[in-house]
Formats: sequence, C-alpha cells, structure tokens
Amino acid sequence: MSGEARRSADGGRRTGRKTGAARRAGSGRRPSTVDRRPPTPADRAPAWQITLSVNGDPYRVSVRPNRTLLDVLREELGLTGTKRGCDQGECGACTVHLDGRTVNACLVLAIDADGSEVTTIEGLARRGELHPLQRAFVEEGAIQCGYCTPGMILQAAALLRQNPSPTSAQIRTGMAGNLCRCTGYAKIVKAIGKAAEVMKGQRKGRAS
Amino acid sequence: MSGHRIVGTKVPKLDAWDKATGAARYGHDVSLPGMLHGKILRSPHPHARIKRIDVRRAEALPGVHCVLTADRVRVGKLGFLGDHPVLKGDKVRCVRDEVAAVAATSEAAAEEACALIRVEYEPLPAVFDPLEAMQPEAPRIHENAPDNLVPHRYEFRHGDAERAIAGSAHVVQGTYRTQFMTHCCLEPCFALAAFDPAGRLTMTSSTQVPYLMQSHLSRALGIHGKDVRVLQPTIGGAFGSKLDTHPYEVLAALLARHSGRPVRILYTREEEFVCAPTRQPMIIRMATGCDREGRLTGRVCEAILDNGAYTSWGATTPHIMLVGISSLYKLEHVSFRATCVYTNNPWSGAFRGYGNPQGTFANEQQMDELARKAGIDPVEFRIRNANDPNSTTPQGFRVTTCALKECLDTAATRVGWREPKRPNEGVGIAGMFHVGGGGRVYKSDACGVIAKLDDFAHLTLLTGATEIGTGSDTAMAMLAAEELGLPLGNVSVINNDTDAAPWDVGIHASRTTFIAGNATLGAVREIRRKLLPWAAKELGCSEDAVELHDGSAWRRDDPARSAPIEKLVRTAHFREQGEMFVGQCFYDPPNQFQDPKMRGNVSATYSFAAHAVRVRVDPETGKVKILKFVAAHDIGKVINRLGLEGQIEGAIAQGIGYALTEQLRIDGGRVGNASFLDYKMLNAADLPEDVEIHFIESADPAGPYGAKGVSEAGLIPTAAAIGNAIRDATGVRLHRLPMSPESVLAAIRAGEQEALDSELEVTGPLTRSGT
Repeated sequence: MSGEARRSADGGRRTGRKTGAARRAGSGRRPSTVDRRPPTPADRAPAWQITLSVNGDPYRVSVRPNRTLLDVLREELGLTGTKRGCDQGECGACTVHLDGRTVNACLVLAIDADGSEVTTIEGLARRGELHPLQRAFVEEGAIQCGYCTPGMILQAAALLRQNPSPTSAQIRTGMAGNLCRCTGYAKIVKAIGKAAEVMKGQRKGRAS
Repeated sequence: MSGHRIVGTKVPKLDAWDKATGAARYGHDVSLPGMLHGKILRSPHPHARIKRIDVRRAEALPGVHCVLTADRVRVGKLGFLGDHPVLKGDKVRCVRDEVAAVAATSEAAAEEACALIRVEYEPLPAVFDPLEAMQPEAPRIHENAPDNLVPHRYEFRHGDAERAIAGSAHVVQGTYRTQFMTHCCLEPCFALAAFDPAGRLTMTSSTQVPYLMQSHLSRALGIHGKDVRVLQPTIGGAFGSKLDTHPYEVLAALLARHSGRPVRILYTREEEFVCAPTRQPMIIRMATGCDREGRLTGRVCEAILDNGAYTSWGATTPHIMLVGISSLYKLEHVSFRATCVYTNNPWSGAFRGYGNPQGTFANEQQMDELARKAGIDPVEFRIRNANDPNSTTPQGFRVTTCALKECLDTAATRVGWREPKRPNEGVGIAGMFHVGGGGRVYKSDACGVIAKLDDFAHLTLLTGATEIGTGSDTAMAMLAAEELGLPLGNVSVINNDTDAAPWDVGIHASRTTFIAGNATLGAVREIRRKLLPWAAKELGCSEDAVELHDGSAWRRDDPARSAPIEKLVRTAHFREQGEMFVGQCFYDPPNQFQDPKMRGNVSATYSFAAHAVRVRVDPETGKVKILKFVAAHDIGKVINRLGLEGQIEGAIAQGIGYALTEQLRIDGGRVGNASFLDYKMLNAADLPEDVEIHFIESADPAGPYGAKGVSEAGLIPTAAAIGNAIRDATGVRLHRLPMSPESVLAAIRAGEQEALDSELEVTGPLTRSGT
C-alpha cells in the first residue's frame, strides 16, 4: 500500500495515487460533510502499537488502523511542521521522507509505517544549523505564506539526492507534485538551484 | 532617492526562518486543553425549504457535546447587506448552506453525528444563471428581493458615452464572460473559539480584517465588542477570501458558548473548494470607440455579476472593476452599470484584484481590437491614450504619478514586440490601472502603529496591519529600521492580537505597504524627534548635524564621533524623571469615499502596469504555451525587492491560471471539481520559465519613501495580455475565460464564429452604435 503512495522524486505522485488503497482509506477516514458519505466505524476499531524513528528519535505509538502517518506526526507527536493541505495526496504539503523516500504522509497509513525511519522538516536542520535548502528558501524569497514550504523543502531534498545538479527544467518537473499558491514557483526553483550549488561545494569541501 | 541602507535592498521575510523550519504556528497547528472539534452539516440541495430537522440520534452519540440548529440559537446575520443567516432555519439557498453544527470530542465523532442528523427538505425550483434569475418568472431566492437583484446599485455616467460611440470612426463591441475561480489557499479554513468564564470570546482566526471581525462577531453573537478578542496565528494564504466573516467562524463561537469548551473547526480540502468564496463570474457587455487618429472617444459597459445566494464584500467589486474601465486611459465619455444578481450558486466573495481582472479582460481586449480596426500598432495605440501624471480622471481620481507609458514601452521592448514570429506564435500586451494608495471602502482607511524603542535599541512595532504572506510586516520593519538607523534585526512586528495592537481596517486593496508603511513612518519619526536631542547632547552638536545609521547616532561633520542608540536610550530611561521612546501614528490616507454616483478620489495614489506575452498556440490541440512573459510595474519605489518580485511572480501565476486553466465547475449549483486533481491550479512545471519583471520607480509623493501598493496588480492585466497574444497567433479572439485548449481549438475551428456569436448577444443601448 505504502509503495503505491510513495513516489519518485520526479513528481510522479499524481499517477499512482488514485488507484492506491491509501486513497480509499483516506477518503473513508474523513467522511465529507459536503456530500455526506456514511461515517466509518474504524475510529472504534482496536488500536495497534507501532514504533517509529522520527528525526532520529524513537517513538512507540498506539494508533487505530485508519490513522495516517500525517495524523500521528501532527496529533500524537506534536510535529506540526508537516502540513495538512488536502488529505488526498494532491498538494504535497505533507511531504516527508519515509525510509529515505518522499511520501505524502496523508496517504500512508500509520500502521504501514511501523518500524520505519521518518524525516520531517523539524529534523532537517543539524544542531541548529539550517539545511542549505532551508537557508536558500529563506534567502531567495521562496517563502510567502509558507504553508507549502516544509513539503517543498523535503521534496527538494529528495530531488537533489537523486540528481545533485538538476537543470531548472528538471527542478520544475521534480517539484510539480507540490503546489504553491503564493510564489509562482520562480523563487522556489531558484532557491533549489542555489542550494544544489552550496551542497556541491560542501561535498567538495568534505572530499578534499 | 539614493543613499538608503535598507530600503530598496533584498531582504528575507521576517518570518521566513520559522516557516522554513516548521516552527511557524498556523491555525491548524493550534489546539487548546479541553478543546472540542466542530463539524458543519450542509445542505445537499441548492434551493429547498427545511421541513424538519431531527438531531436526536446525533445527540445520543457518545462524545457529542452540542448540536446546534437555527431554532436552538439566537444569532444575527452576516454579510455586506446582512442577508446571510449563520444557520439556515426556514430554507437553504445553495449547497453549502449551514443547517446544523456539532461539537464533539473528536473530528470523527462530530462527522458521524452530522451524518446522523435527519433533515427533511422540500426542494424548490432553483436558478443558476444570473440572466435567467433576472427574468420575472424566475424562482425568488430572497423574499425581500423579488427581482433577485442585490439591492445595491452601481451606475456611473460621465459625458454622453452612447453619443460619443455613435460618432466614432471605429467601434468595437462584445460580450465577455468570466468564470468561477477560487482562492486555493494552501491552508484550509479554520476557526478556534474559546470563551473565558466571564464570557469574553477569544477567536483565533486567519481573518484579513481582525477589527471588523470584532464587530461582525459582536453583532452576530449579541455580545459587546469589548468582549471579542481576535488572535491571528501564521496565515496560510488569504488572497481576499478572508475579507468576510464567515458562518463557520460564528458557528465555532456558538458551539463554544453552548458546550462551555473551546471549539475548533477545520475545513477539509473538499469543503475549501465547495464552501470558501469564489471570484464572481461576470457577463460584461462593452463597447469602445475611437476617432481616426486613434484617440478614445467613449466607452459603454454593462456588467452582470453572479452574486450567488448571499451578499459578501464581493458585491462591492464593481467599484474596483470600474477604475480600470474608466481610468486606465484618457476617456471623456463613460457609461457604466453593474448589477449583482442572486442565484442558487455558492456565494462569491473578494479575490485579489477585486473585479478589476474581469473588467480588464474585457477592456484591454477591446483596446487591442480597436487598434487593429484603426490600423494602429496596439502598443502605440495605448501610449497615445495613456494617462498622464497630474491628471484627473472621469471618476475624479487624482492621478499624481503615472508611468504607464514607460511600462508599456518596457514590456513591449522586452517581449520583442517587433521581432519576427514563427508560425502559430503571437504577442499580446495589456495595461492595468489599480488603487495603489489604499481604497476607501470603509468609513476609515486607516492603520494604527505604536512603535516602542527599548533600552537595548530593539524596536517593536505594534500594529493591526495583518500579514498574510505578502511580506507587509517586513516592509514596515525595513521602513522603521531605515528611518531610525537601526539594523533590521533590531525590529520586530507584533500584529496578531486585537487586545495589543491598534486598529487597522484590514489587508486588502494592495493597501498595507502604503498605509501601514506611512503609519510606521509617522510612529518612528516621533521616536526620532524624541531621540535627536539626546544624540545632539551626547555628540555636542545641533540636532540637524546628527545622522542615525548602523545602530548609532553620528555627527555628520565628524564621522569619528558617534554614540550607540541603545546607550542614548539608556541615558534617557535610567535617570530621575526619565523619558521613554514610544511613537504612535493613526494614518488615514488622503482619499475619499465614493459618492452614490461613483465619484471620488478613492485612493491616495494609483498603480500602473503593463504585461506583454509571447505565446505559441498548437493548432492541433488548442494548447497555449507561454514562451516569454514580461511584466513592467510602476511601483513608486522598491522597498523590498525580494518581496516585490515575489508578489508580482505569484500574481502572474494566478493570472495565467485565471486565463488558461482555472475554473470551478458549478453545475446545478454543485461544485463538480472539488479537488486539486480536478481544479487545475498551475504547478512549477506548467509555468513559463522566461518571466521578466521590471520596476519603474515613479517616486510617489504620498507613498512611504515613494512606494505604491502592488500586490493585486500582477494578475489584473494577465488574462487580457494572453487573450491578445492568442488573437495575434491565431486570428481568433476568445471572449470567455478560461481560454482552455478546447475553447481555443473550438474558436480556431469556428474561425470568427465565436466572436460573431457574442456580438449577436448584445442588445439594448450597445447596439445603437456599431460597425
């Protein structure tokens, strides 16, 4: 299931998501008051114990089977840096790293993440030092309302891991699954390009 | 204007670090001990009488604390005309109508309770097309509006436009239709309400109008305004959608009052698409004429707005729609009439540009067509008619600074206006006129700022001016730092608490940098006046000889002599009968409320811009590809280049979406594409790479350091510029938004048929003249 919800860093999320069981689980879990789908009894189902490593810290959490990784991060662990934008895998605001790959946390059932390592925006800075992507987003003006920013930065981090020297067109394609209403993306693309340069310099520095 | 150390540079937003690390707290991130979760049951019918509501099963559900229906609460109405009940008791008028609200210990329990409420409806005939709604036999939506017309008239006449058009050498006329567009704030709506034991309400809200919200809530809830405190967390997008106080916000407060617990309501994305406001669709009939030399003679415009079921601030958009129609170019004869019509569609609200994008889509396409008829280059045609500095327009707008000609020239040059085009390529240009110095739509257009300089030289700005992501607080901090010679890091802005900060009318009309900026300058100049005598004394010179920069006071004639500002403050503070450094300003711009004839200088200054675009249209698919986009804006003066570029870039992206892809598909009153998968907002790969932005600094005498407002300007001319480029590339003109591949293709295939069709729709006064 989570395999279907996962996506590659080339923004391929949109194709897989509709067919996934996660989509059904997601929409069943949050019945709409708009068209009044019947509620799910899953909230009364027995809870499961899962373990997670989030940003290097171990957690043991008791979750019901319909809870998503996003629910657990935000509501159980208090890591509210991961944003809820659509709960349907369409906006990318809840992008996190699950065992090194980007996922929409809203499409991953928490019980499927049992035993996994998760990185969220709160885990990106090291000992108070901002990640080059965080710094570049700040300095290049890639942030306005900022609601998409955590997801954008985590998606960009995965993109740069796959392709350390992306062209501007590759950045645009790679970020196509993360929506932003404020910036028009130009400064986001520029910030990612700048961070790529900085990270290349850091790698060279470490190698020499 | 040189020699500034901070103003005009590129500065990250004050809150960017918190936002980049996930530390920023948005409404969805705030919870309170004992908090309940609220959910709203909405009508599935666009128009129906409510016969009976049975909430017994909902109330019996474990975890449910409170179920509210209209007959259980006393609550006032909302909306610009007070026509909007918070809970609908007798009948529902659109599918998003709130019929019941539940507070429970979990969201799931609240949702389940909503599903257990039985509502018996008697469906009524409904009407969804504003033209049909105006017919005498149309279903009546509000009892007190028998003709389904919103009782608020917009009519403007200057000269004799009909006669001027009849005597014109060339006339263009047409009917233009614009679509439902929605804001797509990345953060869905939320409200968190809590009463203290004394009955005082604290509302945590992403409102754009915290002080008006105090009054709205006070009236709706029947409590005194002093008992309403509004707190604003970090706001995840607004764009006009939070200019009104919405039923869900009042419902959160009612649920909190009735349950005795804090209550939070979070929208799902689907609710956000269905229940948040929209940009109002318009049907615009327009005719414009010119003489043989290409000088505009007159313009007639009639607009029908789909108001939806209730009246929000959005019903006042004709005021701002008209500014572009009447005043972008020199016009002696103008006639304008706008009618807002009730329908059973979801109600529309305020959205960036406030009617001006709709109007400009029509009038800037007409300018293009008129230039073609007159045989004049469209850029030259516009420059010939462009407004001049220090002129007065038919509505009585006093245009002080105006760099429209420079904007047109820059945009055209940079897009390669005269360069050869490949097959299926075209270029288009459109100009824009908008309020740039506030817009007096309320009795006061003011903003209050209190500035406080402490003994570590930290400056706090306390203000009601809301930050919704635009960077207005950063601009205020920069202005204050520049004026007092402080490093930017010494300045913080507290602007999220009505208990702490002075009044502001709200963030709208591209007003905040201009008005809150001027208020900031007023407040810190008071501090400066208080500080200078201490500096002069310390440096042994006259006050005139003191300069403030880099955190210190300096003797102009002896740069070796300086004193840190923090030391000066301490000297003044820590003594018997000491002095503190606080300044205040309530800046209300020199602009006027429009009279009933729509005359009056509504803004203290006006912004101009031109967008030029080069497109390629695929003749097989109708898909429009933007090859190059150039925006040239008369912004008065750059305060924060980074923020300014971001405002224009973001607005262009929304404008391209408005032009080409975005449409809330509402059929029979129901939203058919309530998800990001089905509502096509543009992503990073969709947008053109080649976007150039040019700023023209006209140094407005009324603006803070010469700046004008800019945040809406970037999306106003975009659709028209693209429409003109499509016309250039294909020979056909589209009269309807969005200009989707299927509509472009249909227009190409039908040749000029579509244009002819829409001209045939024109009836009444517009047909008296013609070509």
